Order: sequence, then C-alpha cells, then structure tokens
Amino acid sequence: MGELKILVLLRMVPDVVEELEVGPDGMSLDTEFLRLIANESDEHALEEALILRDRHGGTVSVVAVDGPEIDDALFASLAKGADRVVKIAGASAGLTTLGLASVLAGSLESIDGLLPVDLMLTGCQSIDDLDGQLAPLLAHELGNPYLGLVTAIEIGDGGTALVVREFSGGVRGRYEVDVPAVLGIQAAEKPPRYVPVAKVRAAKQSGDIEEAAAAGEPATTRSPILGMAVPATTDRAEMLGSDPAEAAARIVEILSGRGLV
Amino acid sequence: MAGAIWVLAENWRGELTDAAFETLALGRELADGLGVELTAVLMGSGVSPLADQLGVADAVILVESPASVDGELGAMSAALADLMAEHHPRALLLALSNVSWDLVGLLPAVSGVPLVNSCLDVAVEDGDLEAKCLLYGGKMEVTVRPAGETAVFGILPGARPADAGRRDGSPPIDRISIELRDRAVRFVEYVEPDAGDIDITRQDVLVAVGRGLQGEANLDLAEELAELLGGVVCGSRPAIDQDWLPLSRQVGKSGLQVKPRLYLALGISGAPEHIEGMRDADLIIAVNTDPEAPIFRTADFGVEADLLDVASELIDLVQEAKEG
Repeated sequence: MGELKILVLLRMVPDVVEELEVGPDGMSLDTEFLRLIANESDEHALEEALILRDRHGGTVSVVAVDGPEIDDALFASLAKGADRVVKIAGASAGLTTLGLASVLAGSLESIDGLLPVDLMLTGCQSIDDLDGQLAPLLAHELGNPYLGLVTAIEIGDGGTALVVREFSGGVRGRYEVDVPAVLGIQAAEKPPRYVPVAKVRAAKQSGDIEEAAAAGEPATTRSPILGMAVPATTDRAEMLGSDPAEAAARIVEILSGRGLV
Repeated sequence: MAGAIWVLAENWRGELTDAAFETLALGRELADGLGVELTAVLMGSGVSPLADQLGVADAVILVESPASVDGELGAMSAALADLMAEHHPRALLLALSNVSWDLVGLLPAVSGVPLVNSCLDVAVEDGDLEAKCLLYGGKMEVTVRPAGETAVFGILPGARPADAGRRDGSPPIDRISIELRDRAVRFVEYVEPDAGDIDITRQDVLVAVGRGLQGEANLDLAEELAELLGGVVCGSRPAIDQDWLPLSRQVGKSGLQVKPRLYLALGISGAPEHIEGMRDADLIIAVNTDPEAPIFRTADFGVEADLLDVASELIDLVQEAKEG
C-alpha cells in the first residue's frame, strides 16, 4: 500500500467526572452546566491514526459534527499532528448515535478530496451509545468491512490490514481485514499524546478548521427515551465520611473486624 | 414462532459463556411474561453438542457454520438478519460482552432493526418490552421502549445470575447452515496474554487504581498499601491504557474477573465494564472524590475523598496496627 489516507471521526461527550443532572424535559441531560470532552476512545482512534501515518506516511483527517466546544477539540487534533480538520455544520443538535451515523454517511462524500480513505477509525464506544454504535453503522452505510474493540493495526501488503481485537481475560484475536475498512478503536498502541496548551493556541492562530454542510435528514431513533433518572441508590455503600484520617481509621476497624489486618 | 423471545446462546472457544446463561435467564422471564416461546439461537462451528445445556429454552435454532465464526461478523449478522426477517421474533437479546460486542453493533445496522444498548434490565410493561439502560458511564439510567415489530437488546453482564439460566435438557432443534459469503474480515488466531508476574485472580487482597490516581508517580503509594495488606495492585482500563500497569493487572470486561476477600477501589468511577470484573468480591471499599461515582452503588463502604490522602493515612494506620 502506498501512502495511507486515514479518517478519524471525533465525538464530544459529557465529562462524567462532573455532576450530571436531568434536564427539565425529564428525558435528557441538563445542558446548562454540562462540560463536554472528546470521547475517550475517539482520542485513542486519533492516536492510532497518527502512529500509523508516522510509520507509513500519508494523511490523517479528523471530522466532527459541529457543536459546543468542538473547535477546541479540532484545534487540539491539529496540534497533535492531524493534517486536516473538518466540522460538519447545520446538523440538528442532540443527535443519537444512529442519527450521527446517518449525517456522517450522508455528508462525508461531499467533502472535497476527503474520500476515499484506506481506514476510517473511531472510538469503539461512546458513553451515550443507546440506539447504535457508530463504527458498524458507518461501515454498513459505506459498504466497508468492520471490526471493533481494536487495539493494534498493522498495514499489510495487497490491500489488507492485520488487526488485533480484544476478547476477555486478556486474550486477543488477530484478524486479516480488507481495506478500506471501518474500525472501532478500544485503545491505541500507546497512550494518547499530551499536547501543551501553548501548542493548541498556536494551532488556533495558524490552523484552519474547514466547514462542510450537513447533507440530508438525520435518521430518527426507534429506541425513544421515555425517562431519565439518576440510578436508584437503594444498594448504596455505607459512607464513611470525607475526612481522610477518620475514614482511614474506620476502614482499619472494618478490616481488623474481618481479620484482614 | 412470530413474537417469540430469542436469545443468542453466546459461545466462545467451544463453551457456552456465563453471559449466555444470564441472558437466557432474562429471556425466560420475558417469554413467560408475554406468554410466548423462548428460542435459543446457537451459532458457530461444531456447536451442536452445546444444545443439551439449553433446557431453559423452548426451542433451539442451530446455525451451523463450516468454519469458526469468531469475528466472521458479515456472515453472522447476515444470517441472523435473514432469520429475524423470516420468523419475526419480538426481541433478540445479545450479551454485551466482548465476544458479542461487534454483533450488537453490526446486526442492527444490517437488519435495520432498532437497538436498545446497555440494558441493565428488561421487563414486560402493559404488553410491551421496556428496558432500563445505563448511560454516561453508569451515571444515568434511561427507560426505553423500542418501536417496531422486532428489537435487538444489548444486555449488560450480571442482569440475572447465570445459574438461573442453566438447565439441562434438549429442546427441539431447528438446524440451519450458513455460507461464509462475506469474508472481508478473516479470523487468523487467538493471542494468549503474557502470564504476567502475578495472577490477580488468586489474590485475597487487591488494591485497585483508576483514573483518579492521576499519574504513574502515585503508583508507589498504592503498591506500599497493597504490600502492607498482603495483596497486590490491579487497575481499571484507564490505568492500563496509560501504561501505569501491565495488561495482566486489568480488571473488567476486557481483563480479568476477580473475587478477592477485599477489593479496595481507589479513584475508580465504576463504569459498567469495570463493575463486571469485581462485583463478586467479598468486601468492596471505594474511595472517590465524586459522591455520585457509580462505584458507590456496588461498594459496601465508601469514602468521598482524595485517594492519595486516604491511602497515606491507611498506610500509617495499618503499619501501626501491625506493629501494635
């Protein structure tokens, strides 16, 4: 294979380290104080793409649907080494995974010089996947093979890639996959690279986010949410307070009561 | 058979998995609630001997493939999509495990049938199937009723005890064979994990670290505490992905299932993929700065504080207790 063309799809998701609240409709998150971050496994997808590009030559393009804080994430992608970043504008807000896949499948084609690619990489899951998984939905729309839970990719000869996928208990499976392919990335070979704020700022000054128009209507979900709530807390742990010294003393009591110290 | 509840009898490397029996147990409840048949779908190469463990089902559809279908997803999803279109089941339940993961994603895409992902539970409500699903790393629960004649449900591990789905007996079998017509993804081999220095499944005490550890430099503290308690350090996915710990120390969906006497979870939020690996520990104590962290729904005891502060205090106190 000559130079690699890799496309990475990036999603923003709520940062679950923050407190999440149910919005006034009782069916979705309260967005007022919602902090969004790039989906973690998408960051791994970008890292894997950059590793492969650096190994084999070629280009990495990052595409995301427009939304809050997406510019920062795309500039960060540029600072990490992406060659091209594109945001798709004009899609309705609050897309489900099924809707997102249909918008992407409809819009990618019309972005100048973007397709075809050898590999399309995205995170194998997102914490808001309710009505679908992005990678297999896109693979089916585009007529490409798909494999998920991917942790390593080697580019082979003759239009194939050797792909490693996780099973359980640390067992992995090795596969030969025809390219072009859509792969759901679980983890890159290395932790996603850190990029200093100064470099992101520099990317903002010199870099450019291309814009493309969303094509077509997003698919409507057929797994409608009737209600959202913080999970019931009947089985909640007995809390030992928030003072480290007092809590540690209680823990030691509990452990000695059970013969563990 | 229209309107039946179907369950994929997940099998891997020649055996039915625990997840298969858990999902079958849930399927049995739903079938009884609706007054319909429970059909187990058994798929793979050379899997027919497994059918006599599927006594919990009323019928078995045996889909035999000429070669291993581990990851031959094109063929598996096409075959299942065809079967669903022919028989119109009310639901197909798939375990949301690493074995069935790709099928959960691909089958709805191929068949056009709605997916309800991350189901903690499914129940019959007013004649409909209603799912409770965990989203946002376990921080929110949503109620979902899928539209359409058939729906695919991805069931989180632990929805029912596996033993509730284990029953010997051979229900009537309907045999179907499939061709591997889409070979764009070809299984080559399994790669076994490196043995690692320590088998965490054999430890009485595990000190588990997650994202809250913040950096490899803080690992020493966890190591010291583990040693004092006569245990070892293990971790959740972020600790492994950041290269703080080797793969042999990973607890959860992709890693190992552990059942120690003590599981001390430091800075682990408790996403469903992690809970799956440690929920059967005898005693679970969790330390996290976030009072809403899902780990506190699984732990016996919880501390809302910084793990580094608590670990330091614990080291001192355990040392004292041992010396005293």
